Amino acid sequence: MPQTLKKTTQRLRQFEKVCEILDRYQHDPMKLIPILQAVQDEYRYLPEEVLAYIATSLGLSPARVYGVATFYAHFALEPKGKYIIRLCDGTACHVKKSIPVLDALRERLGLSEEKPTTPDMLFTVETVSCLGACGLAPVMVINDEVHGQMTPEKAVAYIDEIIACEEKK
Amino acid sequence: MTKTDFLTVDGRDVPIEGERNLLEVIRKAGIDIPTFCYHSDLSVYGACRLCLVDVEGRGIVASCSTIPAPGMVVKTKTEEIREIRKISVELLLANHDQSCPTCPKSASCQLQDLARRLGIEKVRFKSTHKPKEVDRTSPSIVHDPNKCALCGDCVRACHEIQGIGAIDFAGRGSGSAVVPAFGKNLNQVECVYCGLCSSVCPTGALTPKSEVDDVWKALDNPKKKVVAQIAPAVRVALGEHFGMEPGTITTGQIAAALKIMGFNQVYDTSFAADLTVIEEATEFLQRKTKGEKLPQFTSCCPSWVKFAEQYYPELLQNISSCRSPQQMFGSLAKDMLPEKLEVDVRDLVIVSIMPCTAKKFEAKQAKFQANGIPDVDHVITTQELGRMIEESGLSFKQLEPESLDMPFGFKTGAGVIFGASGGVTEAVLRYAVEKIGGKKLDSVEFKAVRGEAGVREATVSVAGVDVRLAVVHGLANARRVAEQVKAKECTYDLIEVMTCPGGCIGGAGQPIARDRADAKRLRAKGLYATDKMLEFHKSQENHMVAECYAKHLGNVGGEKAHHLLHTGYRSRKRIRETELDLLNGANAKKLKVDVCVGTSCMVRGSQQLLHQLIRYLEEHGLQNDIDIKATFCFERCGRGPTISVGDTVIEKCTFEKACKALDKELEKMKISQQA
Amino acid sequence: MSTAALNLKKITEEYACDAERLKRRVIICAGTGCVSNGALKVFDAFAAEMAAAGLNFIPELKPESGSGTYVSKSGCQGFCQMGPLVTIEPEGILYTKVKPRDVPEIVKTTLVEGGIVDRLLYQDLVDGRHCHGTQDIPFYTRQARTVLKSCGIINPEDIREYIAGGGYEAAMRAYKEMTPQSVCEEIMHSGLRGRGGGGFPAGRKWDITRKEPGPKKYVICNGDEGDPGAFMDRSVMEGNPHSVLEGIMIAARAIGADEAYVYVRAEYPLAVQRVRKAVQDAQSLGILGENIFGTGQSLTCHVMEGAGAFVCGEETALIASMEGKRGMPLPKPPFPAQSGFCGKPTVINNVETLASIPIIMQMGAAAFRKLGTEASPGTKTFALTGHVANTGLIEVPFGTTLREIVNNIGGGVTDDNGNLTGGGFKAVQIGGPSGGCLTEENLDLPLDFDSLKSVGAMVGSGGLVVMNKETCMVKIARFFMQFTQNESCGKCVLCREGTKQMLSLLDDIIEGRGTEETLDLLDRVARAVQKGSLCGLGKTAPNPILSTMRQFRAEYEAHVYQKRCPSGQCKALLTPEIIAEKCKGCTACARKCPVGAITGAVKEPHKIDPDKCIKCGVCKETCKFNAVTGV
Ligand SMILES: Cc1cc2nc3c(=O)[nH]c(=O)nc-3n(C[C@H](O)[C@H](O)[C@H](O)COP(=O)(O)O)c2cc1C
Ligand code: SF4
Ligand code: SF4
Ligand code: FES
Ligand code: FES
Repeated sequence: MPQTLKKTTQRLRQFEKVCEILDRYQHDPMKLIPILQAVQDEYRYLPEEVLAYIATSLGLSPARVYGVATFYAHFALEPKGKYIIRLCDGTACHVKKSIPVLDALRERLGLSEEKPTTPDMLFTVETVSCLGACGLAPVMVINDEVHGQMTPEKAVAYIDEIIACEEKK
Repeated sequence: MTKTDFLTVDGRDVPIEGERNLLEVIRKAGIDIPTFCYHSDLSVYGACRLCLVDVEGRGIVASCSTIPAPGMVVKTKTEEIREIRKISVELLLANHDQSCPTCPKSASCQLQDLARRLGIEKVRFKSTHKPKEVDRTSPSIVHDPNKCALCGDCVRACHEIQGIGAIDFAGRGSGSAVVPAFGKNLNQVECVYCGLCSSVCPTGALTPKSEVDDVWKALDNPKKKVVAQIAPAVRVALGEHFGMEPGTITTGQIAAALKIMGFNQVYDTSFAADLTVIEEATEFLQRKTKGEKLPQFTSCCPSWVKFAEQYYPELLQNISSCRSPQQMFGSLAKDMLPEKLEVDVRDLVIVSIMPCTAKKFEAKQAKFQANGIPDVDHVITTQELGRMIEESGLSFKQLEPESLDMPFGFKTGAGVIFGASGGVTEAVLRYAVEKIGGKKLDSVEFKAVRGEAGVREATVSVAGVDVRLAVVHGLANARRVAEQVKAKECTYDLIEVMTCPGGCIGGAGQPIARDRADAKRLRAKGLYATDKMLEFHKSQENHMVAECYAKHLGNVGGEKAHHLLHTGYRSRKRIRETELDLLNGANAKKLKVDVCVGTSCMVRGSQQLLHQLIRYLEEHGLQNDIDIKATFCFERCGRGPTISVGDTVIEKCTFEKACKALDKELEKMKISQQA
Repeated sequence: MSTAALNLKKITEEYACDAERLKRRVIICAGTGCVSNGALKVFDAFAAEMAAAGLNFIPELKPESGSGTYVSKSGCQGFCQMGPLVTIEPEGILYTKVKPRDVPEIVKTTLVEGGIVDRLLYQDLVDGRHCHGTQDIPFYTRQARTVLKSCGIINPEDIREYIAGGGYEAAMRAYKEMTPQSVCEEIMHSGLRGRGGGGFPAGRKWDITRKEPGPKKYVICNGDEGDPGAFMDRSVMEGNPHSVLEGIMIAARAIGADEAYVYVRAEYPLAVQRVRKAVQDAQSLGILGENIFGTGQSLTCHVMEGAGAFVCGEETALIASMEGKRGMPLPKPPFPAQSGFCGKPTVINNVETLASIPIIMQMGAAAFRKLGTEASPGTKTFALTGHVANTGLIEVPFGTTLREIVNNIGGGVTDDNGNLTGGGFKAVQIGGPSGGCLTEENLDLPLDFDSLKSVGAMVGSGGLVVMNKETCMVKIARFFMQFTQNESCGKCVLCREGTKQMLSLLDDIIEGRGTEETLDLLDRVARAVQKGSLCGLGKTAPNPILSTMRQFRAEYEAHVYQKRCPSGQCKALLTPEIIAEKCKGCTACARKCPVGAITGAVKEPHKIDPDKCIKCGVCKETCKFNAVTGV
């Protein structure tokens, strides 16, 4: 079916991209972090077999690459939702009551700390420590868009808006 | 003469004599400040914070990572430091599975030892320990993360000494753990089962896997005849388990103990080592004469063999085809002993007593079985034997020595020195020089190959021909040498590789000698002393071996010898299941196509080939009959791009070649489907 | 002779000539804060409205722009809370909270008619007066903006504007007229201390690195800024990236490095983008690259993004991360100056430290010393947040008092809803998770590196959180401990296990399980972790606890001995109660209570049975008379 073929072509394209990234960084193991960042941009997470491939190509042990990928908060080893909602819980936002916003979001989407992504892969809710927009505390970021002075009601309204928009599609 | 510099430790002057760090200076002064993450053979890590001392003017510093300077005034046990140490140990205990009495490391656990030394009577903190699953999948090692203190010794040992990095830290902060890649089990990754990690681990998180219960069970079964083989390195180390000096030779006591425990026969792996020398030297001389497949690597160390299978498949032909002494013993014993001992082969149980954890893995390989019966049934380590003797209630030191049983109890010094790094090479030389030179050796000692350096080289003249030797221990060193061989940067003829530092005497199954830096040296000394004490020093002088050839094996290197004493190797992909699905056809029955996208195949155009293939499938509407995977190495890098279509492997593949193979295999599939 | 010298001058002249033709300039703040409040839409609205009004809209200043109004974007102007900010030059009018729908009025009233839109001006909270611009807004007038001076004015994406303001002259002087040694000496004389937290003299650090044998050395600019509540470095990188680059060049000259890295926190995409562009522009003008200013020296500069780990702000961890490893700190010594990136001598400096360098070179070390205090010369930026009327980015000379910052620049303490409360001040948490608390007592303490240390706090990264009387200090300590516990790299025992235990002990206190022993143990672990940890993260992690325990001992004791939270923030310690005087006996609460804990007759004051109550808070929400407390 054209569906499979489309998927294959995409996988192949992604894979080529990985090779291209490795080439761009000249297979230099020192560049592991930028390589992982670039690869994650491509896949939106770091699949195990891709990590193993990167390890082999860089001459590193897979355990080492896994160790690096699990150390940094930005690397995801599980796929994330289409909309990644990050709520700032830095000092300023915390003092300005970011936790009620988080609770409201999680309740609306049926998520928790252990279960950050909705089953339909639409939303992932996470916290971050300080986005550097403290003047606007509490701050919420949807993908890369920053929204300031958040309240539980406003946050839920954003979600509803996205859901409505997705349903229309 | 240079002036010696001094510093002051707890009020006493101590000279600085080139120590790498303050800790070593303090220990030299006879003050054993506690450490948990310091290991003299590894890089400094500085994480346990137990080695803290007070340096005047600088405050509290970790002595392991402080460079000694003249005039330093060091205090090691101020109130403040004692408090911090206690809190550190309590913190560790609060996050530890405190089932200490049943822990395999119980007797040698550093954490227990520390708690006792620091007088910790109560852990004031709440337990934060969350149970994790224990990994028992490896034939050699048990990994119990519940006991891990995250000191990183194992990680550094595996990386720095063995050059593997099978385990590493994962996660961050209190979620950190030491695990194989992707949290897999140890038997699913590139671990070579050397057990080095378990010998440096201060707690019970990594321990050799015990087979003691199986051995007791066999001993208790009246139908079974249980036979032991004792590896050379065991006899110079077991004594340590009972408080004797390293290097004390206890062969006789071991034999006595085994007999009391119910072993039917007690033999010596050194007998098989003599056999190995003859086979391996003969193989070497053949290669040297023909000038092919050189250098020859030794094959007695199973960790090294697995390492080579994983990383250097292209060098497998250079590895001697000889089985290791343990496996030669096993196959020979299973072949000869049923008749001699009047027992069915199924009831003959061979137990190896080894200094090594990898031997457990070696004995379990399918290639060392005959008709489903393993050549060696159980492998226990020196430590395990020690524990069995304790369990029997024997007082080891007082045992009346007994002699080993014949014929496999007979050995020469050549078979004994196998246990030390350089020993195999020396034993082979003792055989080869005489064999080629045709006259008797005056001195049997080849001191040039002895020593402690990680890579040692020597050139020995054999009947006027120079033979270049290299003796290597530690796989990180082996990797360096293997790379040189691959790049043709060296011209060795024979390379001995032992995985454990110092050779088998430093094996991970030996008693843990943490506070005895000289243990390995003394054990080696013990082996060379045994060599001196024995009547014969060359394997060719072992008349029992000669008799064995005459009556049983036939010619050296002959057909039967080959069948029982040699083996083959296979390439192991570096890590299993590292493939990328690129196309999954929808049909039930599909043709499998693997395209290598390893670096060199990539350079040779495998990526473009993939593209063309997929377009071809699309054009011909074949996409549902095929599964395409990108794999990472067929290890045929010189002849890429390599692809496999069904069972056919095509090297230097072009689009045309690939299509042809595809069509052919699809055709085959259709026919078989119709049938 | 030197073509580069001519270049800088020529660029300056050309720029001045282009600028002269302008009638007006509209500066729209395009810092992260204002952008998220819609600054870019405001920018677009200007384009549309000006076109409609027939005004020449100049989005980018070029020789061919001609005469008209230059509408440029700036970096953060520090007053994010009032954003989006729009400044109009030459009048110096500052409009706040500008929405796209306000733009037509601005264009008509101000750009066309030259008047002022009063309702968009900042209104002083105290006297309600409308302020015209930065020259009469107390938030700005009380500051001494030095490093931040050009941030929020110049167009960070236009290298010409930076050069026109005298930019890269100092670098040129350092390369052409000074020796590495004399550069180090100049900085040593200035007394500049590192702004990244430690306060180590920058000149000394350079000099040590300079003396290490070469040839390969590195300069790293630490832009990891991980303190949750600080955004000074972000603002500098976004608002004036070239000043950072120039600082890097001078550092490279001083130590003899030919390669530099800027390590930027990945949460700062705009900073990454701006710094990248700055590097490119400097390269294409020949300021960076080979043969700098014709001296034969070269310098390449790379930008690297962090991957989300606070500990990577620590220099050895940062280097580990740059080398593709887990960001775990190493024991020091060796210091990076001796063995840093790739084992080579490396200078690591904070963004603000580096951005101060060109300023020092321009004004001279002696003049710089006149700012600030004797032992801490210069100015310091702070991120002012929390319960204070004006939150934002400020810069003051060292030696400024807390009172000045909180009351005058910050405009006073507020309640949760941002309303001024007279006398509501409780404490300031300074230096983020590694810092400590200052109380009323310290309001007149001149702030500098050493005075703060002496009271158990630290400048740290420069986060300044103001807290009002409603704040529970135990909970604040817990908040920071939660942060460090999450961010501990996990390498050393004291930090990894110690932070976890401290957190659990704090939880015991907050949730009413605390005993005398809890307090004692907390104090002991805190001290052990402080003294014994491997890196700065662990060594400073206990500071918030130790400092609050010292300053607010009574509050801890109330939690432990009386099981009472004085500020009423710890839910587990509250006793649910209905205030009889306020209760009208409407029974609304009793009907809503899910466990039937409320009793009382109609029109009589009601009562809550504390044993039944599950503290769900429904009653409090229901009560129209605010009679319920303690849930
Ligand atoms: C846990 C931890 C986090 C740190 N984070 C930062 C940071 O975000 N930015 C920074 O410039 N320095 C940070 N530092 C300080 C750096 O280690 C280093 O001292 C500093 O970059 C040196 O620059 P300076 O001398 O210019 O201050 C941190 C230190 C520690 C211990
Ligand atoms: S057994 Fe050897 S190879 Fe395996 S993890 Fe331990 S040290 Fe590494
Ligand atoms: S397994 Fe053992 S050696 Fe490895 S980190 Fe844990 S305690 Fe240390
Ligand atoms: S031995 Fe020094 S920190 Fe562990
Ligand atoms: S982003 Fe505009 S003032 Fe801070």
